Amino acid sequence: MPDHNLPETALPHGLTAPPEVPWPEGLTRVPYWVFQREDVAALEQTHVFRGETWNYLCLEAEIAKPGDYRATTLGGVPILAVRDHDGEIYAFENRCVHRGALIALEDFGHAREFTCVYHAWSYDLQGNLKGVAFKDGINGQGGMPECFRMSEHSPRKLRTAVVHGLVFASASDTVPPIEEYLGDEIMERIDRVLGGREVEVIGRFTQELPNNWKLYVENVRDSYHASLLHLFFTTFELNRLNMKGGLIVSESGGNHVSYSAIDREAEAKAKAANDYAAQNIRSESDYRLKDPSVLEGQDEFGDGVTLQILSVFPGFVLQQIQNALAIRQVVPRGVGRTDLHWTYIGFKDDTPELRKMRLKQGNLVGPAGYVSMEDGCVGGFVQRGVVGASDRHAVLEMGGADASSTRTRATEASVRGFWKAYRECTGL
Amino acid sequence: MQITDIIAAQARYARCIDTDQLEAWPGFFTEDCLYRITTAENHRLGYAAGIIWADSRGMLEDRVAALREANIYERHSYRHILGLPLLEDEGPEGVRSETPFLVARIMRDGATDLFATGRYLDLWRADEAGAPKLAERIVVCDSSRTDTLLALPL
Repeated sequence: MPDHNLPETALPHGLTAPPEVPWPEGLTRVPYWVFQREDVAALEQTHVFRGETWNYLCLEAEIAKPGDYRATTLGGVPILAVRDHDGEIYAFENRCVHRGALIALEDFGHAREFTCVYHAWSYDLQGNLKGVAFKDGINGQGGMPECFRMSEHSPRKLRTAVVHGLVFASASDTVPPIEEYLGDEIMERIDRVLGGREVEVIGRFTQELPNNWKLYVENVRDSYHASLLHLFFTTFELNRLNMKGGLIVSESGGNHVSYSAIDREAEAKAKAANDYAAQNIRSESDYRLKDPSVLEGQDEFGDGVTLQILSVFPGFVLQQIQNALAIRQVVPRGVGRTDLHWTYIGFKDDTPELRKMRLKQGNLVGPAGYVSMEDGCVGGFVQRGVVGASDRHAVLEMGGADASSTRTRATEASVRGFWKAYRECTGL
Repeated sequence: MQITDIIAAQARYARCIDTDQLEAWPGFFTEDCLYRITTAENHRLGYAAGIIWADSRGMLEDRVAALREANIYERHSYRHILGLPLLEDEGPEGVRSETPFLVARIMRDGATDLFATGRYLDLWRADEAGAPKLAERIVVCDSSRTDTLLALPL
């Protein structure tokens, strides 16, 4: 029998057994047990996904009209995001308060109200319980007791916020407003891609990753691996030496932007020196694209930025790789499984040429992407590699020990930033 | 173009991929072909993007070159099992057919899984020698999910 008089053990809160090794001070070490333990995964559900965080749910464009809804998740929790007739977006658990069944079974749709299939309890578009079948019984027999008040029962509701057409939600009443949570620099970079635009979904795919969700979100923030793991650009001599770029890490550490842009000054100089070709490319391989039209993208944002990867803690990514724009939502499915939901987007006012370029450059990303397919398997290589090494740790020293913005992408600063925010959230 | 010609072309196509003769794969298509891998949901909703999207034979050749020279993935192979093609009447564009498929993926350690099921929505055109070539192949996967990654073509 457990002795309830004993004080709580000295375990970090939420863990059911001591960690294999303590987590070293600082941001340069990550113990592998954090990718392997059921109790850590459970702790993340309460302290990360349902903790002091904002989580991406869907695009505003996906629930454009009153009554439109999408079934999505916050961590592992099923959520309904709904547009009501007041024009506002509401989010609540997709869970009937009666016996816990899912309220909506479709991934998306249009509804006047939601009715649970099990016993026909019904909800309005804001998640308020509005009807209980046979509430007053039949012929005076049965029914709910007098004291039952529908207003006292509803699925848990979430705070929602919309940022340039992106719907975020939080289970926390104390999380700062979304603008503060993201920070000015991240807000600006979301605005750069989505500000004032009408988004149109052009494809939706789910990639099942054989690894812990944190290995994927680390990978997204890891600007160091890009040119080393993804060899497509170098193999076909598409790398440009005259690129400039950098890394923005938010104050919290959890949000980041990695970007690269054409350095127009360097390009002009190279042209003037008539050694453009020599300056422009590495010449280590004999491979050339047969159809290079895949890379004839437009500078649609007018700033020469050809790549911008933006992440928001914990599981949101906004991607611009040339004209390939996508939202990625990272959803844990247990310790060693992750769902990566891709939503490919364009804008309502895309010219036919630009839209076609988005489709073509879609080849760069997604489960078969020239520069992203490796990200689908590399997390699994780590997950399998660290079996038996839960007392060891990853080394994150590239570019120093801090988690701040920098002009180089040869750094792990934003990976360290993720762990900074993670440890703050979980207390691990 | 006879149904037997199309069945034979389908069989050669599957063997080409399953026996790792990827360099020959673009040869099943016309020069200005459309090859796209999508899912039943995207297809139903009319979403134009693909997991792979190519509108020229050159793009298919580039895909093979990238798989051979650039992309990193664990060694694996496919086994395509094709159903019977359902042919529509020949129109001015060519012959349209619909063929169900099932693809198992065999990883280097021997693990074998059902990787994809779906249907090929094809448009066939006879080349100069009268052999059927794919002017269009839309690969509609039944599931919206892809396990780990999609490297080899379907």
